[in-house]
Amino acid sequence: MTAALALENITCTFISRDDRSQRYTAVGDTTLRVEAGEFVSVVGPTGCGKSTLLNVAAGLLLPSSGEVRVFGEPLVGINRRAGYLFQSEALMPWRNALDNVTAGLEFRGVALPEAQACGNDWLRRVGLSGFGHRYPHQLSGGQRKRVSLAQTLIMDPQIILMDEPFSALDVQTRQLMENELLELWQADRKSVVFITHDLEEAIALSDRVVVLSAGPETHPIGDYVIDLPRPRDVLEIRMTPRFIELHSQIWHAMKDEVLKGYVQQQQK
Amino acid sequence: MSSNNKNSGLRRSLWSRIAPRQGNLRVWQVMLLLLAFGLWHVFTSPTLLPPLYFDDNNKAAFFFGEPLKVLSRLWDWFVGGEIYQHLWITLVETMLAFLIGTVSGVIIGLWLALSPMASAICDPYIKALNAMPRVILAPIFFVWFGLGMSSKVALGVTLVFFIVFFNVYQGVKEVSPVVLANARMLGASQRQLLRYVYLPSAMSWVFASLHNAVGLAFVGAVVGEYLGSAAGVGYLIHQAEGVFDINTVFAGILLLTAFALVLDWIVGIAEKRLMVWQPKSGETERI
Repeated sequence: MTAALALENITCTFISRDDRSQRYTAVGDTTLRVEAGEFVSVVGPTGCGKSTLLNVAAGLLLPSSGEVRVFGEPLVGINRRAGYLFQSEALMPWRNALDNVTAGLEFRGVALPEAQACGNDWLRRVGLSGFGHRYPHQLSGGQRKRVSLAQTLIMDPQIILMDEPFSALDVQTRQLMENELLELWQADRKSVVFITHDLEEAIALSDRVVVLSAGPETHPIGDYVIDLPRPRDVLEIRMTPRFIELHSQIWHAMKDEVLKGYVQQQQK
Repeated sequence: MSSNNKNSGLRRSLWSRIAPRQGNLRVWQVMLLLLAFGLWHVFTSPTLLPPLYFDDNNKAAFFFGEPLKVLSRLWDWFVGGEIYQHLWITLVETMLAFLIGTVSGVIIGLWLALSPMASAICDPYIKALNAMPRVILAPIFFVWFGLGMSSKVALGVTLVFFIVFFNVYQGVKEVSPVVLANARMLGASQRQLLRYVYLPSAMSWVFASLHNAVGLAFVGAVVGEYLGSAAGVGYLIHQAEGVFDINTVFAGILLLTAFALVLDWIVGIAEKRLMVWQPKSGETERI
C-alpha cells in the first residue's frame, strides 16, 4: 500500500540573502511516511524546523534535496490534495466568516448558492451558526481558528497539515477544539500531520508520534505507536496509566533534545 | 457670600451644559468658523478699528479683503449664474485627473509590485519622476494638449498618480505571507490571488492616499488654469488678481476649499462602505 504522504530523505538548506556563504540546514535527511487515514503528530523542540517540514509537504517550499510523494506520485507545485491549517492568522480580513469558508470553493469555480449552502453547513459543524456575517476582527481567537478549520475541511482534502494550530489558544478553548477536531476526524478519516511542541497534545490526538531532534539538521529520532483506544476524550485520556507510560517513555527520549534546543535559543 | 457661591455653581452648571463634547461638536465647529470670520471682519473693516499696522485705513482691506464683500461676491456668482460654467470646468478637470490618476496608479502599482524585475529596472526612474517638481511640466502640457481642459487634466494626473502608485506598491508588499500561502493552499490561481488577495489588501492603502489625491487633483486643475486658460475658477482668480480685486481672489479660494471638502467627504463615504472589514478601535457600547 502506498503512503498518503511520503517525505523521502528531505534536506532543506537556507542561504542567507546578504551573505551567500552563510548557510543553515534546517532539516537534514528526514524521511516521514503517513498512511491513508492515519493521524501522525510531529513533536520537537522549538525552532527545530517542524514548520519547514510541513511547508515542504504542502508544496510551498522546495526542498534542497529529497522527494515528496503524494499517494505515490511525485509532488510538483502546490499539494492539491492537502489542506493546511496555519499557526498564525490566515483568514482574509476583508472577507466575513462565511466568505472565508467558501473561498476555496469559489477559487474552484463552484456556483455561489451551492458554495454558500455548503459554507453554512460547515460553519454549523464547527459551532459557528449565525456568525457567517462577522469579519475576522469581530471574532475571538478560538472562533477564528474554527473558521480556519472549516475553510480547510470544506475542500475535502485527503491530507490535512496542521502547524501548531491551537498553540495561540487558552487551555480550555484548546481542549474543546482538540475534542472537536478528533470528532470531525473520526467521522471522515483523513491523513493528518499535526505539528506541535506539546507532547501531551500529540499523544492524546495521534495514532503515531514522531520525535524530531533539535536543529540544525533536524531528523527523526523516535517513532512511537500510540495504542490508546478510540474514540478518545483528550481530557480523560490523560489520566489513564497507558497514557502516562507512553508520555514518560517519549519524554525520556525527547528530554536531551529539548535541552539542546533551549541552549541554542539562549545562544542566539 | 452665599449668593456668590450660588452664582458660581450656576455658572458651572451652565458651562457643563455647553462644554464641548461629542454631541455638540458641530456647534463648536461652526462657532470656530464664525469666530474666524468675525476676526477677519474686525481687522479688515476700514472704519471699525483705527489702523493697527498699516498707515492707511483701507490698506488692511486691500491686502486681506473683507469677508462681507467676499461673501457677497460668492452670492453674486451663484445668483447671477456666472460661476457655474467655470466651476463645472474646474470640477470636470479635477474629477478626470483624479479618476485617470487613481486607476493608472492602481494598475501600474500592482504590476510593478508583482513583477520584481520590472520594478528593479524602473525603480530609479520612478524615483526621479516623483522627485521632479511636476508643476514645471505645465508649459510642456500646454504645448502638447493646448490651453483647453486636457492640459489641466494631464497636470493633475501627474500629481495624483504617484501618490496612489506608491501606496498600492506598498500595500501589495505588505500582504501577509500567511494569508497568501493560505489562499494558494485553497487553490487560488495567480489571477485569483490578484483579485481576491492583493487587490483588497492594497485597497486600504489606496483609500488612505485618496484623501491626499483629491486635494492634488484640485491643485493640478487650478494651477493649470492659473497659468493659462480661458475658463475655470483658477482663471477667475487670475483675472481678479490682475486688477487687484482681492475679494474675488478670496471668494475663489473659499469656493475651491468648499468643493475640495465635498470631494473628500465623498471619498470618506466610499471608504466607509468598502472598508467595513477594517477593525475600528473602541467598538464597545457603554450601557
